[in-house]
Amino acid sequence: MSDSTRKVQGVLAEFSGPKELTEAAHKLREAGYSRFELHSPFPISGLAHAAGEKRSYVSFVAGVAAFLGISAGLTMQVWMNGVDYPLVVSGKPFVSIQAFVPIIFALGVLLAAFASVLSLLVFMRWRYHFPTFSSNNFPRFSDDAFFAYIEAQDPKFDAQSSREFLERAGGQRVEVLVGP
Amino acid sequence: MNHTDQHDTLVLGAPSLHQVSEDISHITERKTPRWWYIAITLSGSMMLVLIGMIGWLFYKGIGIWGNNTPVGWAFDITNFVFWVGIGHAGTLISAVLYLLRQRWRTSINRFAEAMTLFAVICAGIWPTIHTGRPWYDYWLLPYPNQMGMWPQFRSPLNWDVFAVGTYFTVSLLFWYTGLIPDLATLRDRAKGRIRQIVLGIFALGWRGSQKQWKHWELAYLILAGIATPLVLSVHSVVSTDFATSIIPGWHSTIFPPYFVAGAIFSGFAMVLTLIIPARKIFGMEKYITLNHFDKMAKVILLTGMMVSFAYLIEIFIAWYSGNPYERFTFLNRAAGPYTWGFWIMITCNVVVPQTLWFRKLRRSIPYLFVISLLVNVGMWFERFNIIVTSLHRDFLPSSWGMFRPTIFDLGMLAGSFGLFLTLFLIFLRFLPMISISEVKKLAFEEQEHERNAHPRATPEIGRSS
Repeated sequence: MSDSTRKVQGVLAEFSGPKELTEAAHKLREAGYSRFELHSPFPISGLAHAAGEKRSYVSFVAGVAAFLGISAGLTMQVWMNGVDYPLVVSGKPFVSIQAFVPIIFALGVLLAAFASVLSLLVFMRWRYHFPTFSSNNFPRFSDDAFFAYIEAQDPKFDAQSSREFLERAGGQRVEVLVGP
Repeated sequence: MNHTDQHDTLVLGAPSLHQVSEDISHITERKTPRWWYIAITLSGSMMLVLIGMIGWLFYKGIGIWGNNTPVGWAFDITNFVFWVGIGHAGTLISAVLYLLRQRWRTSINRFAEAMTLFAVICAGIWPTIHTGRPWYDYWLLPYPNQMGMWPQFRSPLNWDVFAVGTYFTVSLLFWYTGLIPDLATLRDRAKGRIRQIVLGIFALGWRGSQKQWKHWELAYLILAGIATPLVLSVHSVVSTDFATSIIPGWHSTIFPPYFVAGAIFSGFAMVLTLIIPARKIFGMEKYITLNHFDKMAKVILLTGMMVSFAYLIEIFIAWYSGNPYERFTFLNRAAGPYTWGFWIMITCNVVVPQTLWFRKLRRSIPYLFVISLLVNVGMWFERFNIIVTSLHRDFLPSSWGMFRPTIFDLGMLAGSFGLFLTLFLIFLRFLPMISISEVKKLAFEEQEHERNAHPRATPEIGRSS
């Protein structure tokens, strides 16, 4: 199958370090690109900001889940021990908020933990196939290489001009990635 | 490089990013060394002793232990508290020190988190099997049933179910979240097809983009934030198993902070016990430096003094409260039939850690290894003292008794160490024992700092040649 019959997925370029990648992020935004990914072996402080990323919503989801966990813990204990099955133990009140605190707390923490991990999986776009994986050079992102990738879905994308743009921005080994 | 710089450096030898991947991933990729087979045979045999004895316990009942009336809790609950306590250092290192921006945690957090998980597994065994009819353990959970009954939530024993269950789950999620980028590193290096597929599945298609890192960093921060109160809450809840009862020696408001300090104390000792041989065998001197040991020794010294202070206050209150039963319990601990347990505890937990005031000893690896073993022993005896010596002589002399461990008590305690070490050996063999991405970030920042201080002296990291 020749390249012309396969769809262009995007353009991938390697950068030499975190500083260069951050500069490339600034340039990409100035040039009006919006759908690009910047890959690095470790989180680079300031990179997401330079790339115009908004704050992650993971904390919001975790907060809602913690609230649900706390409410569920309280409701469950009040209903089970206070309403549905009151049991006299050492003369303790059936509904004893102090004694309910540990389980309320534990359920709040438990749900918040699940929510933050699940929302991470959703927000990070968990998928096993991503066009960059078709590049033989790309696996080095998890070792010591830094990459910028412009997706073909970007309205400003054009295989030729985006490629030249990344080369001018300091990208090396620029590749146009094609896929089925 | 001047002396102060050397002192603060946490990653020695300024390794390149590739070198970091190589050093840490290499362990999981090379041929399994012979010592590993020998070690897992030994620990696995001990684990089989535990499994065999649990089988026998299910068949015969908990009468095979030395537990009796009045000593209804003995090795079982001692081991439970001991193992749960061990876990706390891992959470402290991974969560609390992360929030406090203690950069030295970076090289040891993965290791300590794994220790937490395995210790909580070892802890969970005891309350599960000590119930007498363990096949009814699910009664502890609130599930709708034909008996129309619900658990009694005002009991600390039920709080434990939720506290320990949550602790294990949160620790596992935290550990796995931290592992995702490192699994991607292993995946991208993998040669064999099966290895690629398995690691590929668990790496969740990680591609390290700024969008992924953004969510990952926040999720990691939140998990650290919610694991932080767990460091305090889990052992506090465990301590209420005792503190809410009326047994002299148990009925005490000091228990929650006292238990938490003891948990961190023993946990750090266990981190040292495990990390000293692992560092040597895997040649991790570059990443786990004397500075790390120095800091861990300081935590042991601090928490050791907190524990000592708690002992003092307990003894003071036993006298000051004017309660004759309370006073007798403490005299009985120090001079009764279990006096040896008390003095082992005092020696190991109060006296021995005081030597860590000396910088030379804090930086002596063999010395720290010996200290760590002694602290582990001392902390096990602390729980033994709290549980057995309080129960065996309470109010009425007519109800006094003695506890003597049987071969099953001793065998199952040894077996729990076998289980712990087996899980740990499997972890060391198959997963990166040090967080690759976090060490890369740390190494990069340290080297950048060095470059800014001495331009031209060091080449820039990450530059592809």
